[in-house]
Amino acid sequence: MFLAAAAAGLLVAGLALALLWAPEDADQGFSQRIFYVHVPIALTAYACFAWGAWKALRLLWIRDARYDLESYTAVHMGVIFGVLTLVTGSIWAKISWGVWWTWSERQLVLFLVLFLFYCAYFMLRFSVESGPRRANLSAVYALFGVALIPVSFLAIRLAENFIHPVVFTRDGPQMSGSMLFVFSVCLAAMLALFASLYANELAGKRLDARLRELREALE
Amino acid sequence: MTTSEKYVTAAYLVVLAVVLLYVVLYAFKLARLEREVAELAELARRRKAA
Amino acid sequence: MTYFADVAALARKDLLLELRSRDTLPAMLLFVVSALVVFHFALPSDASATASTGLLWIALLFTALLGLARAFVAEREQRVLDGLVLAPCDRSAIWLAKALGVLAFLGIAELVALPAYHVFFAPVGWELVAALALADLGLAAVGTLLAAMAAASRARELLLPLLFLPLVIPVVVGGVGATVADDPGRYLAFLGLYDVIFVILSWASFEYVVSE
Repeated sequence: MFLAAAAAGLLVAGLALALLWAPEDADQGFSQRIFYVHVPIALTAYACFAWGAWKALRLLWIRDARYDLESYTAVHMGVIFGVLTLVTGSIWAKISWGVWWTWSERQLVLFLVLFLFYCAYFMLRFSVESGPRRANLSAVYALFGVALIPVSFLAIRLAENFIHPVVFTRDGPQMSGSMLFVFSVCLAAMLALFASLYANELAGKRLDARLRELREALE
Repeated sequence: MTTSEKYVTAAYLVVLAVVLLYVVLYAFKLARLEREVAELAELARRRKAA
Repeated sequence: MTYFADVAALARKDLLLELRSRDTLPAMLLFVVSALVVFHFALPSDASATASTGLLWIALLFTALLGLARAFVAEREQRVLDGLVLAPCDRSAIWLAKALGVLAFLGIAELVALPAYHVFFAPVGWELVAALALADLGLAAVGTLLAAMAAASRARELLLPLLFLPLVIPVVVGGVGATVADDPGRYLAFLGLYDVIFVILSWASFEYVVSE
């Protein structure tokens, strides 16, 4: 409850600050304000995947079955935030460069790879009987995910050199103090949103699993 | 509204829409769980009566 | 030392089985040559040599997939894996033996594919051979682990490419980069880094994939 309230409050504050109060960017003008939603969401998606991998590691380590659902829920949230990153990034590309997709934007390409990778995670989960075997397989795959993130990032950097030279860059001048403040509020809002969605989704998934057990016991 | 303002608004609205979509899907899930609980309660009651 | 004796025994079993039944390797060889021929017709006649390098990597990736899809078929059909898991050997030895088998098949497929590529498309340089050697290591390591995962699922062969392709995008980047860029060293180093990370990760996590 507290988390949901905090998320709601921070989101409203972040939205208001980003759209009304934040200083206009010298280079990109108004369109720079998409930064306050796109980047916090991307960072939150990484946090989700890292959290899922951490829970996966705990599962393999301690062999406590409850970590399976926790890891699954975190990856589930990560995919939702990942899709949002792709969509908002695509809109930003459209504003800045007039195209919906550009292969020179590393973060976007990385999120596309991660999106494909974690969609396969769902395919894997849905095609294995539930039980300790599925928990182990999902956990190993989630761990591969966090190893893939830096390796892919490096790969995408390297690929730019031979696919085409870097023309566009978003690394403008350093953020000013007030921009950093707005950005922090937005990041906190997204993390709080993740935490409250995660708690809800986890409760729902646990309830679902308990009900299934109950049905098996009764029938 | 300039084009860039339109796109920025669109980006924020997309985020809102996805969160709302999540809430709607969650509501469906909750309704299903509620129905299942009712079914199981009925099952348990009948078992007790028998 | 018993660890390596176990690995050798398991790898010999796989190779003997393949020598007797001959279902995987001939299919891989035929596939890689057919794919190269198809790619010749898919490329416009004025395409550059760089484009054909990319296609070579795609052909090899799919040949690897073909071999990997067959890697655990015998075990699954005869339920050998359950027996192997109960056997008094380290489970990662099963992975290492399988990965070595896959590596050998891939190597043989490339012994056919590279001369064919040399004749059909463009001359083969040392960078390509070095990149292939490094890439094979990573493909075999990751692929064997994912093939064991896919074998445990209902979807089986259908699932393997979905799990495999996103994970090997860095291998394609490193491989193609080493072949077409001016400074192959960076890309070869990257492939080596990929191998180190994913060989260790696959070796350490295989136990959890086959046991409960």
